[in-house]
Amino acid sequence: MTNIRPRNIFFNVDRVSLYLFLALCIIGWINIYAAVYDPENTNAFNLGTNYGKQFIFILSACMLGTLILLLDVKLFSTLSPLFYGISLLLLVAVLVVGRNVGGNQAWIPIGSFRLQPSEFAKFSTCLLLAQYISTTNFKTKSWFSVGLAGFIIMLPVALIMLQPDTGSALTFLSLIFVLYREGLSGYFLVIGAVAIVLFILTLLLSKVLLISLLVFVAGILLYQLRKKKQWITPIILGTICSIFYIFSVDFAYKNILQPHQRTRIDVLLGKVEDLRGQGYNVNQSKIAIGSGRIFGKGFLQGTQTKYDFVPEQSTDFIFCTVGEEWGFVGSLVVVGLYLFLLMRIIFIAERQRSSFSRIYGYGVASILFVHFFINIGMTIGLVPVIGIPLPFVSYGGSSLWGFTLLLFILLRLDANRMGII
Amino acid sequence: MNPFFARKYVIQGIFITAAVFIIIRLFYLQVINDEYLLSANNNVLRKIIIYPARGIILDRESRILVQNEPVYDLMVIPREVKPFDTLEFCNLLGITKERFDKQFKKAKNHSIYRASVLEKQLSAKVFAGFQEKLYLFPGFYVQNRSVRYYPDSIAAQFLGYIGEVNERMIEKSNGFYAKGDYIGISGIERSYEDLLRGQRGVQNLMVDAFSRPKGHFADGKYDTLAVSGEGLQSSLDRDLQKLGEELMAHKIGSIVAIEPSSGEILAFVSSPTYNPNLMVGRQRGNNYMKLLNNPYKPMFIRPIQAEYPPGSIFKIVNALIAQQFGSISPSTTYTCGGGYRYGNRVMGCTHVHGPTDLTQSIQYSCNTYYGHIFNKMIDHSGMRSINGYKRWQTAVAKFGIGSKLDIDLPNERKGLLPSADYYTKRWGSDKWGSSFNISLSIGQGELGITPLQMANTMAIVANRGFYYKPHLIKAIGAKKVIRREFTKKIAVGIEQQYFGSVIEGMSRVVNQPGGTAYYSKIPGIEMCGKTGTVQNPHGADHSVFVAFAPRENPKIAIAVVVENAGFGATWSAPIASLMVEKYLRDSISRPAAYKDRITQASLLPAIKQKLAPKTTIKKDSAKTVSKTAVKP
Repeated sequence: MTNIRPRNIFFNVDRVSLYLFLALCIIGWINIYAAVYDPENTNAFNLGTNYGKQFIFILSACMLGTLILLLDVKLFSTLSPLFYGISLLLLVAVLVVGRNVGGNQAWIPIGSFRLQPSEFAKFSTCLLLAQYISTTNFKTKSWFSVGLAGFIIMLPVALIMLQPDTGSALTFLSLIFVLYREGLSGYFLVIGAVAIVLFILTLLLSKVLLISLLVFVAGILLYQLRKKKQWITPIILGTICSIFYIFSVDFAYKNILQPHQRTRIDVLLGKVEDLRGQGYNVNQSKIAIGSGRIFGKGFLQGTQTKYDFVPEQSTDFIFCTVGEEWGFVGSLVVVGLYLFLLMRIIFIAERQRSSFSRIYGYGVASILFVHFFINIGMTIGLVPVIGIPLPFVSYGGSSLWGFTLLLFILLRLDANRMGII
Repeated sequence: MNPFFARKYVIQGIFITAAVFIIIRLFYLQVINDEYLLSANNNVLRKIIIYPARGIILDRESRILVQNEPVYDLMVIPREVKPFDTLEFCNLLGITKERFDKQFKKAKNHSIYRASVLEKQLSAKVFAGFQEKLYLFPGFYVQNRSVRYYPDSIAAQFLGYIGEVNERMIEKSNGFYAKGDYIGISGIERSYEDLLRGQRGVQNLMVDAFSRPKGHFADGKYDTLAVSGEGLQSSLDRDLQKLGEELMAHKIGSIVAIEPSSGEILAFVSSPTYNPNLMVGRQRGNNYMKLLNNPYKPMFIRPIQAEYPPGSIFKIVNALIAQQFGSISPSTTYTCGGGYRYGNRVMGCTHVHGPTDLTQSIQYSCNTYYGHIFNKMIDHSGMRSINGYKRWQTAVAKFGIGSKLDIDLPNERKGLLPSADYYTKRWGSDKWGSSFNISLSIGQGELGITPLQMANTMAIVANRGFYYKPHLIKAIGAKKVIRREFTKKIAVGIEQQYFGSVIEGMSRVVNQPGGTAYYSKIPGIEMCGKTGTVQNPHGADHSVFVAFAPRENPKIAIAVVVENAGFGATWSAPIASLMVEKYLRDSISRPAAYKDRITQASLLPAIKQKLAPKTTIKKDSAKTVSKTAVKP
């Protein structure tokens, strides 16, 4: 079956995702309005304010989405290397001509707007990854294949790290879920999880204690599995790697991480209480969300966000407004919408006939998931403060357009799921 | 089907688990833990206390005794301060550069965003000069406050003063007072604190992260207005008080004048006094220490805190009680041979009075007479002496002696009226009689009476048998509420008929040539009085005079004590007579020299060691009595 021109552009487009997208955008806009609302200056509508601009962003995002739905579906797979290349060029360009805001050289000024290339690198990386895995002779058992896939992911990461925007860079690591779905050994996930646990334990416990603990556990495992010879080498190797990892974490933590990053982690782990410095954001954010109680203070009634106690309240900490004004119920709704969207995307991905679309779908899910979890997690003190936006909700044109591209390309692919690319 | 299809569930599982973690955390923050709501309110809510105007205090003619005067606190918000000419600033304020640096540093340490007081209580004059230049000093502003002001600078001990609350008061008030609040510390300011302070208003302001006010919480639903304190009308007569303080200048002592028909206190002089305005303003701390260290103890409220053995004026009480007991009648006559003989001892009399009846005994202040009637009351009452004494003590106590009169001022002292047990313990047996405490008959020995109690006793005599609780505040608030306890007649258990001859005697004291206070006779006004001389083991005797006037339908009862002044007739009686005339006539008919002699006299004792504020009551009454005998 060839590409049949649909009766209208929304023909066969997944309505559920569309509504979820719109719902999140509107929730975002309402909360941005509340966050910048100044009771002393209630001009009904002002394009100079964040909510005025966000309104424009949402409108243009809708147009962008419509435009994507109009494009030929083949375009995305064929042109994925081009998109990827442009993204990389922009990421290089930002290092040269970019504007430094808050320590990160992440924005290219275009007129009165600022473009954030890292937001656009997300969809292009997903596209190229999908293209690479679906079309070449990709074998998850092959170190070369996995290495190349890793290279596709790590190249933008490396460029973003140069800005340095650690938060945005970290989100690319979520694409490991895509590789896992496509057959990468589950051990990678396990190793990833173990690495995170060991990282936290290294910072919390003394090295001697942790290593003795590790050797003790390894000893028990060796004793239990003494009959199964094939386990002996991995366990010993794993233990040695872990010990090496612990030392490198310790080294990296003390020498590579910047002081503010170190403090953010220490604050999260409860090692230091720094309510006026690095801990201020999280503490104020928790106060704002916690003070919302079950039903919230009501629209525009939030005091913590309205009166600037929470910094970055319309961008990275927008969830504070949700928590404060709409309470646990409102927070639950937002978390529910995200979970629904993520499940819907996985559902969409799995119903694709082409592996390109499926892989890309998982890429979208992974990227959205990591933003959702880290962003909300940091506002409630679950993860350290990492400055990444909440998809569709946070203020910002680049991020909104980036996520819109990400999602609508999937919807375009999905609308054509019966066709063959 | 893709071979790794099942991995979808693993990924879904991870996503769901993460969402569940978030929800659990949110549930903890928003539902279980309520600390955050509190923190949010602490962040955003600022309770601004609106201080009410403190009630003003008027005299009985509605003339102002205490009012509020605006002062100006200079505030600073360090963050908003721009560089300025410090020298000019300091000159305008009249402070040194060092002082400014110190205060500014203190303010900065407190908070750079919030206002701190840089200089407290600028006077209107300093403020006026500074205000014009205020625009030169951004970050500084002036905040109005009011302080107490005493236009006539009188009645310091009566009015009392206010001061900042201390930790203990804050604790005791159950959170009513907060640091920096003012509270009445003494006098009327303290006893009527609840009425004077008014009701504080509260504004619940919301502030932003930089403590800038952002409007009222809940549109002012929880805000309250300040309610001004109640005004008080005191019973004091300003002019009489002024005269009293003038007369008592350079003397130690008290004047208490009471309107017998109401118990209202007309004058309440405690000398030496001080200017109540000293207890206000920036120099308050220094002034307070100076007053505290003054050897003449101006902070001591003598009318209610100084206790003296009353001396001869107590004879009035004994004469009344003896009649009521039926021990004597007005015609009872004893012959004074120069003293009262008991056992092998003698309580001396000032003169040899010969045959003396009751009226004459008052007129001449005959000790012998009172030795006899005391002996009769205690030892010949048809009961055991100890019971006779108990009956006597009960009768005296009814005059308000030996217990607090419960005047509306704090720290009143009750004086001393010993119980029978006191003597039993002292003599080691209950078989004692009048000879063991005969000096009580003439008001010496173990007696302590405050000037207020003396004046009240005069009010009782003036009323012929009853009194109203003496009080300083006659009406409260705009509605002129009078406390009910002040309108209750209190009878002292002496029938009216027994007052006649005593009053006749008192009249003769003043009005008959040869009376001990004839010098203090007021032309045209029949004042009845009694002089007394209080022994003072530390120095010269205290001069006491009590009186009321006019004889019929009395308008004023008065007690005057001048310490270390010798005879009652010399100083206290003329002072009383001037006070009485001033009150009754509003003018003084006697020549200016009469008054000047008193106002210009300084009777302050030389400061040798620590001055005893009151006459200590000697334990050994026999010794006291023998000393009396030596008196001419």
